[in-house]
Amino acid sequence: MFWTNAKRIIRTGFFNFWRNGTVSLASVLIMMVTLFVIGFLIFGSAILNTSLSELRNKVDINVTFIPTAAEDDILAIKHSLENLPEVSLVTYVSRADALEAFKQRHANDQSILAALGELSDNPLGATLNIKAKDPSQYEAIAQFLGSKNTISPSGVTILDHVNYYQNKVAIDKLTRIIAAAHRLGFAITLAFVLISVLISFNTIRLTIYIAKDEISVMRLVGASTAYIQGPFVVVGVIYGLMAAILTLFIFLPMTYWLGQVTQNFFIGLNIFSYYLHNLPQIFFLIVVSGILIGGISSILAIRKYLKV
Amino acid sequence: MIFFDRVSKIYPDTSVAVQNVTLTIEPEEFVSIVGQSGAGKTTLLKMLLAEEKPSEGQVFYESTDIHTLKKQEINDYRRKIGMVFQDFRLLPDKTIFENIAFTMEAAGRSDEEIQSDVPYVLELVDLSAKIWNFPHELSGGEKQRVAIARALVNQPDIIIADEPTGNLDPENTYDVVQILKKINDLGTTVILTTHNQGVIDSLNKRVIAMDKGRIIRDDKEGKYFI
Repeated sequence: MFWTNAKRIIRTGFFNFWRNGTVSLASVLIMMVTLFVIGFLIFGSAILNTSLSELRNKVDINVTFIPTAAEDDILAIKHSLENLPEVSLVTYVSRADALEAFKQRHANDQSILAALGELSDNPLGATLNIKAKDPSQYEAIAQFLGSKNTISPSGVTILDHVNYYQNKVAIDKLTRIIAAAHRLGFAITLAFVLISVLISFNTIRLTIYIAKDEISVMRLVGASTAYIQGPFVVVGVIYGLMAAILTLFIFLPMTYWLGQVTQNFFIGLNIFSYYLHNLPQIFFLIVVSGILIGGISSILAIRKYLKV
Repeated sequence: MIFFDRVSKIYPDTSVAVQNVTLTIEPEEFVSIVGQSGAGKTTLLKMLLAEEKPSEGQVFYESTDIHTLKKQEINDYRRKIGMVFQDFRLLPDKTIFENIAFTMEAAGRSDEEIQSDVPYVLELVDLSAKIWNFPHELSGGEKQRVAIARALVNQPDIIIADEPTGNLDPENTYDVVQILKKINDLGTTVILTTHNQGVIDSLNKRVIAMDKGRIIRDDKEGKYFI
């Protein structure tokens, strides 16, 4: 009996969807708007995340040591830095490498190169380039560098300078902007998702309102709640499914068109390749959202008319 | 079979629809309920269908107080009753076949039964040719005959017809009344509410007259008189 009923409910749902063509079309279009917003939430957070992580990569601390510092002492500091939980990467640039980089940077400036040639020794100190896991952790790393650990065994400090203190204001600001952008972006898209879900829900409610007399007739001929509700839920799910598939199709040319723009404007993310790359996950998210919104809206909307 | 025991229905705005009605309807009876609009006829039927709860008193079907039934039991109980309404209340998006099949599906009947019974019951009301039409393609009289076929198909114990001829011309009215009489002759209890004097006078069956929520007359073989 269960299978017979399930078969009848699904069949009736399909018939109802097909016979109320105009209403179905309108509902699918409205639902597509909701799924578009959800899609933009996915793309938006991808763009934001990529931009943020790119920005984060650009923030670092450079510790310059005095030229007479022993390499072993510097490597010992590097080692202890690497043991800090906040640190993600420490790169050692030796004095010779620093000189080489300096020469390359000023390859076209003969006067600087000449001046450098006048010196008997390499005037540059070795540096450690430190990247933290999160921009907010640079403060802790800077504090660590300022502590006793950085003093060499001979008791003389080997640190020349830490550029964190110079960059501190910029780094703090960036950290705050990143955090705020994250929060604001999330809140705005969430609000949009909520509004569009409500619009979808209302559309489905209206389609069920049109059928309220039928629902009461069904009740009076002794149909059970599940038997009355079933086809409406099926129709809701079909709305969601159709809207999801159409939305996913429209995303293809849209992201293709936007791909180059996003790649140039935002740091390196091509939204089209992101879409293709994550298609299974996005497909799953959009389809499941569509089905859930359609199905749950129908269940909620019909409850009111089932009280007979 | 049906017993209204001192039933009253008072709506929240304190309007009294039915007042202290006691009434027994026996199996295989044909009962007409007459009265002006607002006399309480429809409210009485709604309480019989468990659509409305009485404010006082009880309504029994056989020995069951129908207002103590649970939801699923109400569904089962309603399947024993066939309803015919003045405004037909067919499902507009379903064909005539599907309208009648729906009632059978709701009662859990098999596909084979549906395939054999729906054409049969449509033949009874002389509408076999319209089986694949939609309700909006039918005349008023045809719609009402479909509604009767729908009420009949589950072989109910009772047929309740609430003003079934209200929207029909005299010819269709006559047809509908003849069908109801035939159904009653075959052993189904029929409860009919109507304004139509001609219908009542031609039936020569029990007539209950209502006024302002009370029963004012109950004649075994009555005429239309309020």
